[in-house]
Amino acid sequence: MAVNLKINNMDVTVPEGTTILEAARSINVDIPTLCYLKEINEIGSCRMCVVEIKGARALQASCVYPVAEGMEVFTNTKAVRDSRKVTLELILSNHDRKCLTCVRNQNCELQKMSTDLGVDDIRFLGENPYYDVDNLSPSIVRDPNKCILCRRCVSVCKNVQTVSVIDAVERGINTIVGSPFGVSLSETPCVNCGQCIVVCPVGALREKDDTDRVWEAIADPAKHVIVQTAPAVRIALGEEFGMPIGTRVTGKMVSALKLMGFDGVFDTDTAADFTIMEEGTEFLQRLEKGGKLPLITSCSPGWVKFCEHNFPDFLDNLSSAKSPHEMFGAITKSYYAEKQGIDPASIYVVSVMPCTAKKFEAAREELSGTGYPDVDAVITTRELGRMIKQSGIEFTKLEDGQFDTPFGAASGAGVIFGATGGVMEAALRTVADILTGQDLQAIDYEAVRGIEGIKEATLEIAGKKVRVAVASGLGNARKLLESIRSGEKEYEFIEIMGCPGGCVAGGGQPIVDAKTQMEINVRAARASAIYAEDKAMTFRKSHKNPIVSKIYQEYLGEPCGHLSHKLLHTHYMQRANY
Amino acid sequence: MAVKNTIPFRGTPQQEQELQDVIARYKDCAGATIPVLHEAQRIYGYLPIEVQKMVSEGLNVPLAEIYGVVTFYTQFTTEPKGAYHIAVCLGTACYVKGSGDIIDRIKTRLGVDVGSCSNDGKFSLEATRCIGACGLAPVLTVNEDVYGRLVLDDIDGILDKYLK
Ligand code: SF4
Ligand code: SF4
Ligand code: SF4
Ligand code: FES
Repeated sequence: MAVNLKINNMDVTVPEGTTILEAARSINVDIPTLCYLKEINEIGSCRMCVVEIKGARALQASCVYPVAEGMEVFTNTKAVRDSRKVTLELILSNHDRKCLTCVRNQNCELQKMSTDLGVDDIRFLGENPYYDVDNLSPSIVRDPNKCILCRRCVSVCKNVQTVSVIDAVERGINTIVGSPFGVSLSETPCVNCGQCIVVCPVGALREKDDTDRVWEAIADPAKHVIVQTAPAVRIALGEEFGMPIGTRVTGKMVSALKLMGFDGVFDTDTAADFTIMEEGTEFLQRLEKGGKLPLITSCSPGWVKFCEHNFPDFLDNLSSAKSPHEMFGAITKSYYAEKQGIDPASIYVVSVMPCTAKKFEAAREELSGTGYPDVDAVITTRELGRMIKQSGIEFTKLEDGQFDTPFGAASGAGVIFGATGGVMEAALRTVADILTGQDLQAIDYEAVRGIEGIKEATLEIAGKKVRVAVASGLGNARKLLESIRSGEKEYEFIEIMGCPGGCVAGGGQPIVDAKTQMEINVRAARASAIYAEDKAMTFRKSHKNPIVSKIYQEYLGEPCGHLSHKLLHTHYMQRANY
Repeated sequence: MAVKNTIPFRGTPQQEQELQDVIARYKDCAGATIPVLHEAQRIYGYLPIEVQKMVSEGLNVPLAEIYGVVTFYTQFTTEPKGAYHIAVCLGTACYVKGSGDIIDRIKTRLGVDVGSCSNDGKFSLEATRCIGACGLAPVLTVNEDVYGRLVLDDIDGILDKYLK
């Protein structure tokens, strides 16, 4: 039902159930918000978004106040402005206001609000106890001194990811957001997904910065430093330089990396093709020989750690294939080292990832099939953006560069790894060709595309029925696995990504503020850029990538063969909670 | 941010059984967290991480949420009571007669903070609201013993009795 109301004397008609905030923004009336994050945190706690409603006694929080027929709302009265300013000054009075050295400088919702509301003085002297910064996790750094208690991180961790390792603790002036008993995140079942970082309006949560380690390696003449970039980085990096969401900057990214001084600039997409060869073969073997099904993908390290903590009974379902960037590292420190005559000990592999959990993954001891860690450093899309700025490179003006050989050519299948459903589709493209013995032309598996949390399809491949499911976001993964545990559902093949929407919306991606998130569906915009990259590729199936066939012939032998197993596969372990 | 509690957990199998029974009774009720935590505190006297973990696993409520509840409500404590539990009244009558100084003296003498327990488990210290003994102000109790009309110089003598 439609509801008619007036906002600042302007008529507006919106569906029933709309909030005042949404109604106002629909007619371009801006109301400042801080705790509100569409669909994730709608708790009305910060009171930055207050408005006057004719007939109401007090100012009301517009982000949670539903519209009503005939309502008259004023968003810009003196009372409203004064109230917001006092609220903001109170928040700022016990905020650690060191913007110049803050990771969110110029990309901070609090800082922007302070400018927008014209705060030029803080009239209150806050009590400022100092809290230790938690930097023991390999992925996530928490600085409670910058926390404004908006609880967006708590909501995303609890309701979206169902991991729930942070919550508001203590009361009153002593309230902070933290882990139970004040332990470090690294001692909790935190899966390092970084979703808390991308929802945080301020600099209270950030990735563990590894850029210094990378700069040091580049400066070390004894090291052969190579870099690889994940599919989802190239469609988001531009945002760090003010480009629109969904802009493809593959060529500029490659040029920038070359200018920064890497000895080789490679594409993780090529490695994703190897992952498909291994995982696809594993699937066929399990399907034909009656192995453990469903096979579940294992390239999302947030999901893998979640499984180790919460679903140990599914560890045998996980594909033993390493994630693409780890495969890349292993192949580089074996095949590439041999071919190029470089001592693998001197090779330093840097992964640029949309993901904070990859930092934890790279530190897993079992991921060192060559005797060296597969990957030496992982930086996120955001960290790469910072390094490019530090280099004085004018990113938007760069010409397009080309990835180096041999790991520069990839198939479209490798590209779509970046979106939810992509790994499944990539695998199906290869598995279907093998099962039918044909070069199939219908390879767009629309049923597994799209940003829904759980997708299902039943496919007929060479007379075999293959039931597949795709889940992204760990709350959805939990739901899916519980339905299998209870016997309600059965599948042969499942893809799970830890972040809602897949890697395009990973915890290492550029941060989009709450207001923009109301206007643009970030996941969908980035995903469509991924599928555009796929369409533009010469080869769109992993097994058609000539590099892949070449390296199997020359070096690896068969997928899932002896050497592949040593270099390209791994194992998992049950992990205790706390 | 460090884990404050340094006293080793000494829960018995009987206590655990009792708690499991409580959890089983409440398991499928909405809003079970607070009543179960009350029972747990009755059984153990306090709510250390070990007990909170049992409640978390038993009720399938994340530990972070349990801990949030425990630290939000003042009736819950994560600190054990010492063999001697000292409670100093900070009600108005006692306070104006100097119970603040008394508490400070005890803190320095025993090295125990308000709301915590000494590392050897012997003493714990609590600041209470009015206990209704205003005629005796300022007043403190050590377990069942009541001491009233105190002056600062009484404190060492009282503590000596329990330190022996
Ligand atoms: S969080 Fe924002 S306001 Fe606070 S110091 Fe950082 S940039 Fe400044
Ligand atoms: S990284 Fe993920 S699991 Fe860990 S606290 Fe943040 S949201 Fe929760
Ligand atoms: S850490 Fe960030 S997201 Fe979490 S409550 Fe604090 S300010 Fe909000
Ligand atoms: S109360 Fe509405 S944005 Fe915080």
